[in-house]
Amino acid sequence: MEPIYWPSFFFYLFAILACGFAVAVLLSANIVRMAFYLVLSLAATSGLFFLAGQEFIGAMQLLIYVGGTLVLLVFGVMLTSQERFVSMKTMSGDWFIGLMAGGALLSLLAAAAFSVPQWGSPDRAAVENLPVQKTAAPIAMGLLGARVDQPGPDEPQRGVMSGYLLHFEIVSVHLLVVLVGAAYLARAKRKTAPAPGV
Amino acid sequence: MGAFLDNYLPSWLAYTLAALVHIFLLLNLIAVGALVFIWLERKISGRIQDRLGPTRVGGKFGWLQTLADGLKLITKEDLMPVGADALLFRAAPYVSFAASVTAFMAIPFAGGAYPWVAQRLNTGVFFVIAVIGLEVFGVILAGYSSASKWSLFGAMREAAQVVSYEVPLGMCAVVPVLLAGSMDLVVIGDQQAGWFTNWFLFNDPATFITFWVYFTCATASVNRAPFDLAEAESELVAGFHTEYSGLRWSFFFMAEYGSMLSVSLLASILFLGGWHGPIPVASMLGLTYENGAVAGYLGNLLGCVNILLKGVLGVSVMMWVRWTLPRLRIDQVMTTCLKYCTPIAAAMFLGAIMWQYYLPHRNFFGLLPANESAYAVHEGWADQEGISSAGAVNMVEAADDSRGGLAVEGAGSAALLFDPATPSTSHVASAERGG
Repeated sequence: MEPIYWPSFFFYLFAILACGFAVAVLLSANIVRMAFYLVLSLAATSGLFFLAGQEFIGAMQLLIYVGGTLVLLVFGVMLTSQERFVSMKTMSGDWFIGLMAGGALLSLLAAAAFSVPQWGSPDRAAVENLPVQKTAAPIAMGLLGARVDQPGPDEPQRGVMSGYLLHFEIVSVHLLVVLVGAAYLARAKRKTAPAPGV
Repeated sequence: MGAFLDNYLPSWLAYTLAALVHIFLLLNLIAVGALVFIWLERKISGRIQDRLGPTRVGGKFGWLQTLADGLKLITKEDLMPVGADALLFRAAPYVSFAASVTAFMAIPFAGGAYPWVAQRLNTGVFFVIAVIGLEVFGVILAGYSSASKWSLFGAMREAAQVVSYEVPLGMCAVVPVLLAGSMDLVVIGDQQAGWFTNWFLFNDPATFITFWVYFTCATASVNRAPFDLAEAESELVAGFHTEYSGLRWSFFFMAEYGSMLSVSLLASILFLGGWHGPIPVASMLGLTYENGAVAGYLGNLLGCVNILLKGVLGVSVMMWVRWTLPRLRIDQVMTTCLKYCTPIAAAMFLGAIMWQYYLPHRNFFGLLPANESAYAVHEGWADQEGISSAGAVNMVEAADDSRGGLAVEGAGSAALLFDPATPSTSHVASAERGG
């Protein structure tokens, strides 16, 4: 009997957990339980990152998605959920539209994922010969504008290798705009007193 | 340990055994810790209020009081309100407790060439802070699913409090990371080896203030008085655990005491030298791995006792604060976080950077020259000049470990981050020199 390849075993374990809880989010009718299942699904996803040896991204997933966003989500849900939103029944028409939209995206992504030959499952012997480099430094340096995993700036194709600094800045400015907008929308609206003499 | 057992046993058995040993030790640390801390809390509160505290159970000092409490809790009926969401109500204590235990997975108890840590992560600080923040999720679930207004109010306050205190807490933790040049807790601890003058607490005035801000925020994030708004007895009956009884209720408390210990251990690694004492007893006695495995093991044992003592000291200070200061109002809690802790943490972050820039290679407020191995790692000449800091050595071994075992088992080190030996970062270095 061929010995079990344990990384694959754990990959399937976490993948099944993530997908299973994602389906549970869809099938559950209670909104807080949905949030609970979503947390478990996202936590299983971070397990996949840890399995891949990318502890930084795994911890990031835990902190941002599981921790921050979902605390806020549950917080918002608990504050805003009125009687008719606590338990949501999906109508059959909604099921149809949802399946159409979700299924179209799923088929597109699946087709794209399987059509790229480099993304297919690689040879195991080749994988085990890969150099182990457990550091998030290339990503961080890429965000700062230097692609250390690619040919350096002395190379002729300098413009290509400029890193993700611009994208990163665009995203952060975008987030800032969203924050300002949220603060503007959520501010206490003060009634302006009528001007004297009117 | 898994890689070691792998040489003698079939792979699956070796890794399962290693995992079981680690989790057994950590669970015992938390359970026995809770046992001791609850007794300690009763004694400290008694002394502060001019009482004796427990005196009878177990003979002198009432040291078996917690065991008696535990027996009482086990025999209590497991109640659940009629309107409660059964699944979430039952799951909530375990969610809290699991988050509390998971934080211990990445906390090292001794460093050196063979660190005592269940799972060494190259971003240990980040992982621990992320996981400590997850404990609030169990509290929110408990508050919501209890179908009680007191519980819901408690959970709301807890959510607001923890979300806002994560910000200054993270900012404070970044300062030692900056000084060490690594997010690996083992490397951070080992860079403070030697006398207490090497502790990051005394590195410069900025880190000194940062430590106190960190401690305040840590107290708030583990929901202890004076920040225990979520279970304010005088307003909310018992807050989020109003409806719980028996063993489920005690799981919340185990989680709370576990978190207190984990933030204290994190504080002692980040600022108080971790397993390196105020006086380097282990290296004075020659208890290092250079003098053989037994000596090294004894040295690690000494370091483990050392860091646990620091952790217990931190927890005791939290108790002292709890029984001394009155509870804050929710708006005062928010003010403390947003108007004081966050700006101070940000300013101290800047201050630590400036200090490092103008007074490099000094510690103890700039009075003493720093250990060469302390800055060799993040300046990237650890291996070149023959000065092999513990972190750099470990990293190579850890990388070798991970080849044979599971991908999860591998643990590198962020020391690799600035290692010029790897071709990846040398481009950056050359770019900096060129530009």
